[in-house]
Amino acid sequence: MDAPLTIGGTELGSRLVLGTGGASSLDVLSRAIEASGTEVVTVALRRVTDTGPGSLLDVIERTGVRVLPNTAGCYTAREAVQVAKLGRDAFETDWVKLEVIGDERTLLPDATELLDAAEQLVDDGFTVWAYTNDDPILATRLAQVGCATVMPLGSPIGSGMGILNPYNLSIIREQVEVPVILDAGIGTASDATLAMELGCDGVLLASAVTRARDPAAMAQAMRAAVEAGWLARRAGRIPRRSYAQASTTGEGRPDLLGLTDPDPS
Amino acid sequence: MRIEVNGQPRELDGPTTLGAVVDGEVADRRGVAVAVDGEVAARDRWDELTLTDGARVEIVGAVQGG
Repeated sequence: MDAPLTIGGTELGSRLVLGTGGASSLDVLSRAIEASGTEVVTVALRRVTDTGPGSLLDVIERTGVRVLPNTAGCYTAREAVQVAKLGRDAFETDWVKLEVIGDERTLLPDATELLDAAEQLVDDGFTVWAYTNDDPILATRLAQVGCATVMPLGSPIGSGMGILNPYNLSIIREQVEVPVILDAGIGTASDATLAMELGCDGVLLASAVTRARDPAAMAQAMRAAVEAGWLARRAGRIPRRSYAQASTTGEGRPDLLGLTDPDPS
Repeated sequence: MRIEVNGQPRELDGPTTLGAVVDGEVADRRGVAVAVDGEVAARDRWDELTLTDGARVEIVGAVQGG
């Protein structure tokens, strides 16, 4: 049987990771988490404000999911490493979704800072989930320095453009030994299915669910989509061909128009 | 003595622990982390660490984020 998705020694029952950014309320988020069937949600760290009762942590505790703290908004390895350490202390986990971006407009990762931060965090004992470009070479380097999973983007964060370079994703899947999780760019269910059909081991998405008209319904769709793609990949698709291949045999077809002579025997 | 908490100046009457400053900012220490002068201060040290004049304290907690 298929082994479950295992990240840094932890087995997960779902191949969908839900980002919590973008939900209009904690109640909406809570229902989306439940509908998604996920076991892991990302959170960010920001200066505390007096938000009163009903916190994100309460939602996480009530839904029973694990926390994956991120380093969203960091531009340098130095800053990302410090934020990762804050996350470790805040949530008592050595997991970190490492994001080191290079540009506010595209939010694309800064390859050199990312690799530098990944190496430092792995050395410090973190289980690093590395958000990365859809670049097979960089993904390979991240796996080599010890990241627990590499998470290439399908397209820019929040863009909803889906998977722009399926070819690169397939190469990444072939080249790295650690799990590959498609992270960012998912717009709708078929994008998530495609990611899994390309061989990804999981999908991380936020906006596609939290900003959908009905987040809980979209979360349910994503759950089914990830599962469908995973099953289809395991089942083995048929090859693409240029011409039709009849699925019904031509043998034994009746002669309703009397076009052939009777059998002489 | 003057310190900075999340970018805001704060006057302290006398020697104050980091733990006391944190408790002044949040009702619940759960899910909170702190850096002093850019370095993470582990939670098991908050009540031992006495802040010095000019300390820059950053207190962070969980928010929604991808």
